Amino acid sequence: MEMYISPEYEVVRDHDRCIACRVCERQCANGVHTFDADSGRMVADSAKCVNCHRCVCLCPTHALKIVKSEDTYKHNANWDNRTINEIYKQANSGGVLLSSMGNPNPYPIFWDKLLINASQVTNPSIDPLREPMETRLWLGKRSAKVERDARGKLKNTLAPQLRLEVPILFSAMSYGSISYNAHESLARAAEELGTYYNTGEGGLHRDFYRFPNTIVQVASGRFGVFKDYLEHAAAIEIKMGQGAKPGIGGHLPGAKITEDVAETRMIPQGSDAISPAPHHDIYSIEDLRQLVCSLKEATDYKKPVIVKVAAVHNAAAIASGIARSGADIIAIDGFRGGTGAAPTRIRDNVGIPIELALAQVDQRLREEGIRDEVSIIAGGSIRSSADVVKAIALGADACYIGTAALLALGCHLCRSCQSGLCNWGIATQRPDLVKRLNPDIGYKRLVNLVTAWKHEIEEMMGGMGINSIEALRGNRLMLRGIGLNDRELGLLGVRYAGENM
Amino acid sequence: MKRIYVNEKWCLGCHLCEYECAFAATGLDDMVKALKGRPIHPKIRVEDAGEVHFAVNCRQCKDPVCVRRCISGALTKGEDGVVRIDREKCVGCLTCVLVCPYGAVMPAPDGHAAMKCQLCTDNVCGEPNCVRHCPNQAIVFEERA
Repeated sequence: MEMYISPEYEVVRDHDRCIACRVCERQCANGVHTFDADSGRMVADSAKCVNCHRCVCLCPTHALKIVKSEDTYKHNANWDNRTINEIYKQANSGGVLLSSMGNPNPYPIFWDKLLINASQVTNPSIDPLREPMETRLWLGKRSAKVERDARGKLKNTLAPQLRLEVPILFSAMSYGSISYNAHESLARAAEELGTYYNTGEGGLHRDFYRFPNTIVQVASGRFGVFKDYLEHAAAIEIKMGQGAKPGIGGHLPGAKITEDVAETRMIPQGSDAISPAPHHDIYSIEDLRQLVCSLKEATDYKKPVIVKVAAVHNAAAIASGIARSGADIIAIDGFRGGTGAAPTRIRDNVGIPIELALAQVDQRLREEGIRDEVSIIAGGSIRSSADVVKAIALGADACYIGTAALLALGCHLCRSCQSGLCNWGIATQRPDLVKRLNPDIGYKRLVNLVTAWKHEIEEMMGGMGINSIEALRGNRLMLRGIGLNDRELGLLGVRYAGENM
Repeated sequence: MKRIYVNEKWCLGCHLCEYECAFAATGLDDMVKALKGRPIHPKIRVEDAGEVHFAVNCRQCKDPVCVRRCISGALTKGEDGVVRIDREKCVGCLTCVLVCPYGAVMPAPDGHAAMKCQLCTDNVCGEPNCVRHCPNQAIVFEERA
C-alpha cells in the first residue's frame, strides 16, 4: 500500500475574486486547477501543486495564493514533517530521493556574517556617478615573462584572457537541463553585458555558434564535444565537479533528450544521458594536465582553459594542483549551488560553503606564490551584488551566477526541475512549456539584473574608496566578521567587526 | 499605421487577452467588479487547435471589406487607419460579421449592433489592453512595412 502524504503547500483561492477565466488551469502543467461546470467554480488539487507560483503570477484578479499547509504530524524537533515524509516516500518507492536547485537547509551563510567597509574622513569615498569606476577585468594567467625580440621590442607572452565588463558570469547550465529559450536568453544577455554564459555539459546548439561569448564545458560524459564546439568557444571549462553534487556524475532522463537535445549532445534520442562520476581519463593532477594541454593544443593555445571543481574539504590543495596543471582559471562551486537534479542526500550533505573554500584557496595560492598563475571564479549561491563584492574581497576574480539568473527568468525555486514540467519554460523540453519563456523578455530581465548589480557594486566600491574592481580582489581588510568564532575568522582571513587595521 | 500583430510562436493560449479586452470595454478599474459572474464578449479571440494558439482580432485592413459592405455607413476607416463602428448608425444587419474574412467583427451582446476592436481608442486604456497584459509579448502593437 502507498502511504498517503498530505501536500506540503495548499492552493488557496479567494472565490470572491475568482472570475473563472481558467488561466490558472491552462497554465498549470501539473493539472492542479480544473473548472467544475456544475458549480461554475474553479477547484484546485493541492496534492499536485509544486508551488511554482505560475498561476499566482498570471491570475488577472490576484485571486490565488499558496500557503504552507498546517497539516502536521505530532510535533517533533528531531523527526520533522519533511524527514518523516521522506521516509514514507522511500518506503513507497524504494528509490533514491531526488531534488533540484540548491541546498535549502539552514546551514550558516557566511556572506551574511561579513560586513563591508566604507571610507570616512581619512580617505575619500568616490561617487561612481561622477568619477570613473572600473568594473572591467580580465580572467586568465597573469604570469607573463618579459621577453624581447631581435629588435629589442617586447614580445607578447601573455596567455589568452577573457575580458569581462562586470565581475559576473552566467554559470554552467546545459541545454537539456534548461530549455533552448533559456539558453538563448542567457547568451544574448551575456553578449549585451560584455560577459560570458556557459553551455554546461550538454553541447552547444548550432544556432548559438553566432555568439562570441560562449564558455563550453568538457565534462565526464564528453557530450557534444567536437571540433566545431571547441572552435566556437571563448574559453573551455573542464568540469570536474559541481557544488550541488560533489563526487557524483549527472543523469539527464531520456524524456528530456528530445531530437534537438540528442543532436546537440550527440547521443540517441530518448536515451538517458549519464555522466560518470569521475573523468575516466583523470585520476591525478598529471592526468588533468594532459587534458588541459590537449584542449589547448586542439585550439591553438588561443583559449583559456577553466577547471571547475566543487568546494570540498581539501579545496585548497586541489586548487594548488589545478594551478600547476596549466589551467588558466579555477572555478570553485560551493555546496549551495543549484542543479537540475541531484540525489537529495548528496545535495544536502556533501561539500563545504563557498566562502570558506574561496578564502582558503586564495590564501593557499598566495602562500605558494602561484596566485598569478590562475584567476578564480567563485559560485554556488551568489545571491546579490553584496555577495559578489564580498567574494571578490575574499579573493575571487569574478563570480558565477546560476540560480539568480534563473530567478530573473521567472524561476520561483519550486525545486521540481527533475520533473521536466517547469511551468516557467526554463527546466523543461516540452514545446508548449518552452515557449512560455520568450527570450526577448528573458534576456532583457537578465540584462536588467546584472546592470542593477553593477551599479550596486560600483556604489559599494566607491564607498570603500576603491575605483577598480581589481583593487578589491583579495582585499580582506575591507571585510569584517560578525557572529563568527575565532576559527571561522581565521579561515576566512578577516577581522572581527570593531577591530582596527 | 501601428497595428496589433500576434506572434504565433509566443502565443500560449492562456486567453488572458480575451479577459483584458472585455475588462477594457467596461471602463471600470476593478476586474472583479467588471467581470465577476458575467459572460465576457471580447473583440479578440484565441483560436486553439492542439498545440497551436493564435489570438485573432481586427487587422484594420487597408481596404476593409466590412466598410465596403456596410449598408448603413456605420463602419468607416478613419484617417488614423482605425476601422470604427458607429453604434447609432448600425442597423444590426450583421453583413460585416458575414464578410469579415478573419471573423473579427462580431454581434454586440445586446444583439442590436456589431462590434469590433478599435485598438482601445474607444475606451480609457488609450493603448490596446490585450497588448499591455500579454504575459509573453505574443501580442504586439507596432508599425510594420
